[in-house]
Amino acid sequence: MSIVTKVLMTGNAAIGEAAIRAGCQCYFGYPITPQNELTEHMAANLSRRKGCAFVQAESEIAAINMVYGASLAGVRVMTSSSSPGISLKQEGISYLAACELPAVIVNMSRGGPGLGSISASQSDYFQATRGGGHGDYRTPVLAPSSVQELADLTHRAFDLADKYLTPVLILGDGILGQMMEPVEFRHEAPEVPPVRSNALRGAKGRPSRIVKTFTSNPSTLEELNWSLFRRYQVIKQAEVTYDTFMVDDARLVVVAFGIAARIAKGAVKTARIEGLKVGLLRPVTLWPFPAAKIRKLAEDVKQFLVFEMNMGQMLEDVQLALEGSAEVSFYGRTGGVIPTPSEVLRVIARLYHQKGLHR
Amino acid sequence: MLVKTVFAGFGGQGVLSMGLNLTQAAMMEGKHVTYLPSYGAEVRGGTANCTVAVSNEEIASPVASSPEFVIAMNLPSLVRFQNQIESGGVLLFDASLVETEVSRGDIEVVGIPATDLANKIGSPKSANMVMLGAFIKKSNLVSLDSVIEGLKSTFKGKPDLVTINEQALRTGYDLL
Amino acid sequence: MKKIYSRPKSLKKTAFHYCPGCGHSIIHRIMTELIDEMDLQDKIIGIPPPGCSVFAYNYFDIDMAESAHGRGAAVATGMKRAYPEGIIFTYQGDGDLAAIGTAETVHAANRGENITVIFVNNAVYGMTGGQMAPTTLVGQKTTTTPYGRDERMEGNALRISEMLALVKGVAYIERVAVNSPTNIRKAKKAIRKAFQAQIDGLGFSMVEVLSPCPTNWRMDEPEAWQWVSDVMAKEFPLGVLKDVTGESHAS
Repeated sequence: MSIVTKVLMTGNAAIGEAAIRAGCQCYFGYPITPQNELTEHMAANLSRRKGCAFVQAESEIAAINMVYGASLAGVRVMTSSSSPGISLKQEGISYLAACELPAVIVNMSRGGPGLGSISASQSDYFQATRGGGHGDYRTPVLAPSSVQELADLTHRAFDLADKYLTPVLILGDGILGQMMEPVEFRHEAPEVPPVRSNALRGAKGRPSRIVKTFTSNPSTLEELNWSLFRRYQVIKQAEVTYDTFMVDDARLVVVAFGIAARIAKGAVKTARIEGLKVGLLRPVTLWPFPAAKIRKLAEDVKQFLVFEMNMGQMLEDVQLALEGSAEVSFYGRTGGVIPTPSEVLRVIARLYHQKGLHR
Repeated sequence: MLVKTVFAGFGGQGVLSMGLNLTQAAMMEGKHVTYLPSYGAEVRGGTANCTVAVSNEEIASPVASSPEFVIAMNLPSLVRFQNQIESGGVLLFDASLVETEVSRGDIEVVGIPATDLANKIGSPKSANMVMLGAFIKKSNLVSLDSVIEGLKSTFKGKPDLVTINEQALRTGYDLL
Repeated sequence: MKKIYSRPKSLKKTAFHYCPGCGHSIIHRIMTELIDEMDLQDKIIGIPPPGCSVFAYNYFDIDMAESAHGRGAAVATGMKRAYPEGIIFTYQGDGDLAAIGTAETVHAANRGENITVIFVNNAVYGMTGGQMAPTTLVGQKTTTTPYGRDERMEGNALRISEMLALVKGVAYIERVAVNSPTNIRKAKKAIRKAFQAQIDGLGFSMVEVLSPCPTNWRMDEPEAWQWVSDVMAKEFPLGVLKDVTGESHAS
């Protein structure tokens, strides 16, 4: 049995543990359900580590600005929250993106708008993939669908952040955060995490350094925006990640991410048993989005079904990717309602027959 | 094979640890398993529940809209969950605390005097383990040995607790 | 011949953009003198705010990073926690610190964050064109209190230093002014003490500096400097509000 190295952990705690093992040195957070176990894991485990710091901030706004400060000082740093709190953090995320500062931000999202519900939801897709705050920027967005993947993608998030000098979002949801699954950690925490080379640590043996965006010259800012977008092009080329399941002979492909993709996969498996040629595409990076892959699939597949736990947000990216080359249907539940695999199966089967795909 | 079980009761009755023990045992047996607790404002009212899904393959959803097993440790939980049980499923409840008539004829209803039995073995707090023992026997989802192994890792360095809980488990297990 | 006066090493050779009679350039000057005298250039990091002093990094020859409006104390917290060996200060105006950034300031103080805050109080929002600040005096005319601040509608001038003096995590708070040579000397002494408190690891230190703003006060320079003493300092009395540095040294 390969099970011996696995431990049982909530998704929230697994992110925290993976972050520590990725060399995260500072964590700043504020309580909000359903992500509190992450904050608590860091309080228990990060605060006692040498050279590391944990602060329960007075607000989400303060927490993200502490992240900004720690990133300026050159360490790996993380914050986490859930939807309403992530809205508050947008100011700081914009500054991080503008000042080209790496950081990892976790959104274990919940039903909205407003105070909403504490149940799982995916209605922050637009906010996550369109920058979210003010100004012209994007952030890489990773969408895990299991506790193991939460841990693995946390590691990747820190690497991406450092590689591209950008804040990186992990977009999970209440279920992924709350549920426990066996998880294996493949890394040991570094003894002394390295300090980023361009950190602000005092002008010792070098000229003083300024980190800022504010300028009275718009063309200077335009150049910053251009340089950010040139980097975004590189990210789009190099970092698109997705999973496919049974798409080779599929007549209908379901596109879903995160917990919804997992539910959809269950439905697709049953559909296959019933003889329906259905496949699944699961974007792992929501930005950059696997548009080229979807376009490629459309060479053979003429019917897509986008399934999300919102009112149709990723749907727009699928439509943009397809450029009208295939038909797209949508099924969504929102507000924190968790659809069942059999519910999704019914939608798949109905669509399959309506469109005459069984013939 | 995919089996979903809901454990429900008052906070303090140990319903979450029942679920965790089952999850731990399933993991040790190399099965796919998910554990999802109720959380947030829902649990502040004094009731708690968790859902455990055990399968030989990947688990699509950790949520159970129609569980195969429900373990109800109090009356509100029995009322809330009895109608959700899948047809042909099983309801186990603590017959020491709950007097009830279940109106459904398409499920099996099993009353276990868990609290009385726990008192009898001198460990009133381990009614949940008595119940878990009965459930393990009834469901055959994991072996009793795996659950006991799991207990040993949960209560590492507390052999007294392992002994008490193991005794309670066996009491419930041997009942059915 | 002995040289007794020169530009501080940590003050860049750039002409200040500040208005004539503004206090910022004086505060920059005494701070850079202190950075030299205390040998801090290689470990100090400054966090200026949005506001008139947003371009402070054009004058201080030290590591500096801009902050979102009001968030200085949170940014400094993150920086200090990640890099405890650094000497971290924020440089904040009254709107920044006492309105939009009140929470960040109060809680950084309450945690006893080992940082230094230079709080420049000129009773008005300067950069945006002279609107009412939390520290605007009752009766004072600004562009958003054109008939004078009415305490029934707009409240009173907020005394942040007095409030923070009640907070346990605070090591040192003094209110000074930069409207006369004597006051400027006192201001420099206070800022030195605040930096020293941080070096000694004593906790949160803040110096509130009453600073003239002739432009937005619609006064000429001597009038504005006089107003600081005659009017402003009545509402915001100068002096030490909290000082545990002596206690700590004694123990």
